[in-house]
Amino acid sequence: MARDTAVLVLGGGSTGCGIARDLAMRGLDVTLVERGNLTDGTTGRMHGLLHSGGRYAVSDQASATECIEENEILREIAGHCVEETGGLFVQRPEDSDDYFREKLEGCRECGIPARVLSGSEAREVEPYLADDVKRAIEVPDGAVDPFRLCVANAIDAETHGARVETHAEVIDLLRDGDDIYGVEVRHDSGPGKRTHATPGTTEEITADYVVNATGAWAGQIGAMADLEIEVRPSKGVMTIMNVRQVDTVINRCRPKGDADIVVPHETTAILGTTDEEVSDPDDYPEAGWEVDQMIDTLSELVPILSEARTIRSFWGVRPLYEPPGTGTQDPTDITRDFFLLDHADRDGVSGMSSIVGGKFTTYRAMAEEISDHVCEQLGVNASCATAEEPLPGSENIERLEAGMDDFGLRSPVARRSKQRLGSRACDVLETDEPNPVICQCEGVTRAEIQDAVSQSGSDLNAVRIRTRASMGNCQGGFCCGNMASELHPTHDEETVREALDELFQERWKGERHALWGEQLSQAMLNYALHAATMNRDRDPASAGEDVDFAAFDGGRPEGDRVDGPRGAR
Amino acid sequence: MAIEDDVLVIGGGLAGATAALAAADRGAQVRLVSAKQSTLRHASGLIDVLGYAPAGDGPLADPFAALEDLPAGHPYERVGGEAVREALSFFDEIAGDAYEGGHTDANALVPTHGGTVKPTARYPASTADGLASDDRDALLVGFETLPDFDAPLAASHLKAAGAPFEARGVTVRFPGIVRDDAKITRYAHLLDQPETVRTDRGETTAREALAAVVEPHLEGEPRVGFPAVLGDDHADAVRADLGDRLGVDVFEVPMGPPSLPGMRLEDLLYDALAERGVRVTTGVPVVDYETAADGPDGNAPPPIDHVIVDRNGTEIPHRADQYVLATGGLVGKGVESERGRVFEPIFDCHVPHAADRYDWFVDDVFGDQPYAQFGLPVDRDLRPLDADDGLEFPNLRGAGAVLGGYDFAAEKSGAGVSLATGYVAGQRAAEERQ
Repeated sequence: MARDTAVLVLGGGSTGCGIARDLAMRGLDVTLVERGNLTDGTTGRMHGLLHSGGRYAVSDQASATECIEENEILREIAGHCVEETGGLFVQRPEDSDDYFREKLEGCRECGIPARVLSGSEAREVEPYLADDVKRAIEVPDGAVDPFRLCVANAIDAETHGARVETHAEVIDLLRDGDDIYGVEVRHDSGPGKRTHATPGTTEEITADYVVNATGAWAGQIGAMADLEIEVRPSKGVMTIMNVRQVDTVINRCRPKGDADIVVPHETTAILGTTDEEVSDPDDYPEAGWEVDQMIDTLSELVPILSEARTIRSFWGVRPLYEPPGTGTQDPTDITRDFFLLDHADRDGVSGMSSIVGGKFTTYRAMAEEISDHVCEQLGVNASCATAEEPLPGSENIERLEAGMDDFGLRSPVARRSKQRLGSRACDVLETDEPNPVICQCEGVTRAEIQDAVSQSGSDLNAVRIRTRASMGNCQGGFCCGNMASELHPTHDEETVREALDELFQERWKGERHALWGEQLSQAMLNYALHAATMNRDRDPASAGEDVDFAAFDGGRPEGDRVDGPRGAR
Repeated sequence: MAIEDDVLVIGGGLAGATAALAAADRGAQVRLVSAKQSTLRHASGLIDVLGYAPAGDGPLADPFAALEDLPAGHPYERVGGEAVREALSFFDEIAGDAYEGGHTDANALVPTHGGTVKPTARYPASTADGLASDDRDALLVGFETLPDFDAPLAASHLKAAGAPFEARGVTVRFPGIVRDDAKITRYAHLLDQPETVRTDRGETTAREALAAVVEPHLEGEPRVGFPAVLGDDHADAVRADLGDRLGVDVFEVPMGPPSLPGMRLEDLLYDALAERGVRVTTGVPVVDYETAADGPDGNAPPPIDHVIVDRNGTEIPHRADQYVLATGGLVGKGVESERGRVFEPIFDCHVPHAADRYDWFVDDVFGDQPYAQFGLPVDRDLRPLDADDGLEFPNLRGAGAVLGGYDFAAEKSGAGVSLATGYVAGQRAAEERQ
C-alpha cells in the first residue's frame, strides 16, 4: 500500500528539524509533525549555550570531543545563529585547585582550545566579575539562538520538499500487528498554517518509517503503541536579565551544581540552571526559590546580578535517558549522551525508532546518525551533507558583512535586523513600502514581521521566535498589539484578536516570575495600557454580551455637528 | 532657613496637580514638587470615573449609581460619592472647553486605539465627535508609518463590539513624513505649524495635503477619526481646519504612550497651577523627612516637620503645615517593591501585601491581580494608616494611584480616583492648616 510519506518525523525541536533537513537533503520524502510551535518543547527552553565542550571535559570526554567538533561546524553552517562570545570557567577562592587543573587538562585532551587567565586578566575581559575571582580558563563557548537555528533547519527541509506541520498533535500511533505505519494527528486549525478561531481536524499520516524525536515526550508517544521508553525528564530553571551584564559565557569552575552559568543572549543575559527529575514534562512545579537561587548563587560570580532587573524566567525539561537497569539516582549524573532505540531490535515492533537523551549543541551529529539509520532501514544509499551546506541565512555571510546598505533603517535597527536575518536580510528588508519599527525593544521592523507572518499563519508566538519581537524589556506591553495588527487584513479581526490574546498571555506566563522592582512596574504599565487605555480585558467584542450603546452619552445634544447617514439601530 | 508653605504636594500627576489646585482654591500657599515627568504622557487623556464595578459588571452607563456599592477601603468609598461629583465639577471648571461630557451623568463609550470601546465620564474636545455611543457613521484614517493605530482593523473591531454605526478604515501615507520611524510629535508639529510639505501637486501646508489625501476615501461619512496626532499647541485649529476642508467633523482616537492628549492635559493643569500661584518645581525628588519632636499628645504619632528635597545634589529642607503624597503607584514609583516586600519609598507608609511574591499575581493576565491594588490604606480623611489602623502621620494625606484597595485598570477609574482624592486631600489640607 502506498504510504503518504517515506519518513515521518515526530517532534519539531532541534533533533526533529535536524533529521527532517538531513533526510530531505538526501532526497527522501519527509513529513514532520509538531504538537505546538517549532521549539516549543525543550529546544526553545534552553540557555542558549553553544558548548565548547569545556563543561564535559572532566566528566564525559566523549561528549566534550563531540561538542567541540560540532561547535566548529555550527559556526560555519549557522553563523547567523551563533555569537562567538567565548567563555570563561571561573574559579572562586573556595573552589578546588585540583578541579581547575583537571578541567584545563581535560580541555586539552579533548582538543578544546583553553588558556588560563589570572583573576585580574579575567576581570579585564569581564569587569563585573567579583573582585575575589581567583583565575579562569578561557574556552570557545558561544551563544546560539535556538529558535533561529531550529526554524532555519525547518525552512531548509521545506525547501528540499519536506512537509512541516506545526500545531499537529499526535493522538495515536497507527500499528498493525508488530508494525508501526504512521500516526493520527489533530490539527489545531486544519492542515497548513495555523489560523486562530478556526476549528480543528484530524488526519492519518502513513509512512514507511517513523522517527520519534519528541525528547522528553518520547515515553508518551511510545505508550500509544504499548512501547515502554524510560525517559527521565529533568527540569531546569533559567532567569533572563534585561541587559547583558556579561558579554562572555561565564561558567563556575567546579564539579557540578545548580546556578553555575551566565550566557549572554542577544539583548539579555540568561542565568542557569537546575537539574531536578519530574514525572510529567507538561506539569511540574515552577517555584520562586529556584529563581532566587539563580540570582543569589550567580551573584557570587557577578555581584551586580543581585540588584539587576530580570524580565522573566522559564523552565525547560531535559529528555534524559539511561538504559534500563542503570539506576542512577541523581539526574545530574545521568549521561548527556543520546540513544537511538530501534524498536524492532528492542521490542520486536518494526517501523519506528525513538531518539532520546542528547543535547542541543550536537543536534546535527545526532540527526546525521539517525538519518543514516533510517536510510539503512529503507535501503537508501545517500550521504549526509548537513556539515557542509550552510543553513538559510548563513549563505555568503561575508558578503553581507562586507557592507550592504541599511535598507533606510536607522543604524541600530539595521544592524540588529541583519544579525538576525543573516544572508536573508536583503530579501526580507528591501521594500518600497514604509517599514516602521514594530518592536522597539528588539528593533524589529514591519518587513521582518511580515516575513515571519508569511511562515507562521496567525500564530504570533511563531512570529516571536523568528524575530525576537516582544522578547525585550517591555515583554510585549508596547508591541504585542502592533504585531497582531500585521496579521490584518490577511486574517480577519476575530482571528487577530485571539492571536493577540494568546501572545499577551504567553508573555505574562514568564513575566510572573520576575514581578518585583522595575519589572513589576513594567507589568503594571503593560496592564494599564491593555486594560485601562485599550479596555482589552473587558472588550465587548470578546465578552459576548451586547452593550446598550443608546444608554450612554452620545455627545452634546445642542452640539453643532455635521449630520449624515445614521447606522441601523 | 527652610522653604515654608502651608501645603506641600509631592507628585505632579493628575492627583498632585488637583490637590494643589484645590488647596490653592481654599486660599492656602501651596508648593508642588515632583521627581520626574508625570505618567500623564502614558495616559489616554480620558477622564474615566468608573466604567466597571470591581466585580466586573459593566460597562456602566451611570458611574455615580455604582459608587454607593463599592467595598470598604476603595478610595471612592473613603471620600464618598458627593466628593466625586464635586471633584468632577472642579475639573470641569479648570478644563473649560478643553473637555466635554459634563452635560450628563452617563458615561460615554469611546473607541480605543486597540479597536474596542471604553466607558469614560469626560473626554477631550478632540474626541467629542468620535464617541462610539454616537450613531453617526465614521471613517477611520490610519497612517502607514504609524503602527499603533490600524484603522481598517479598528473599524472591524468596532463592528464586532456592536457599535451602532458603520465604521470604515483606510490607511494612507502622511504627507511630509519622510522617516518611517518619525516620532508622534513630528506628526503633530507638521500640522501645528502650518509647515509646508512637498507633494506631487507642489508645495502645500501639511493640513491641506492631509485633507487632499483623505478626501477621495470619503463615502459620505459625517465624521472622520485619526490617531491622536492632530496638533499639539493648536489642536483645535488643526481639527477645525481639516474639518472645513473635508466638510466633516474630525476627531481623535486616544492613543497609548507617548500620548498627545495626555500631554495636553498636563499642559492644561500646569497652566492652571501657574494661574493660581502654586509654586511648581519638577526634577526634584523628596529623599527624606523628619518629624517634630512630639505629637500633640502622648499617644498620637508626631507630625512631619519637614521633608528633604534633592535639588541637583543639594539637600534643601521644605517645611509645610500639611503634606499631600501623590507620587503615583507602581508605574509612577510612588509604590516600589523588592523580591520580598512592597513599600512606599519616601515615608515608608504601610503597604499591605502578601509575604510571598507568588501571591502578588494570578495566572490569568487579566484576572483579579493583587498587585494592581497595591497602595496605601487611608482613613476617611485620606490619611495613611499603619498596619494597626493607626495614623502614620497626622498631617499627611495620600491621593491618586499611591492609594491601594482598587484596580484602576480593570475598573477604568484611574483619572476619577486621582481627581476625587486629589481634590479632597487638597481641600482638607488647606482647611487644616494652622
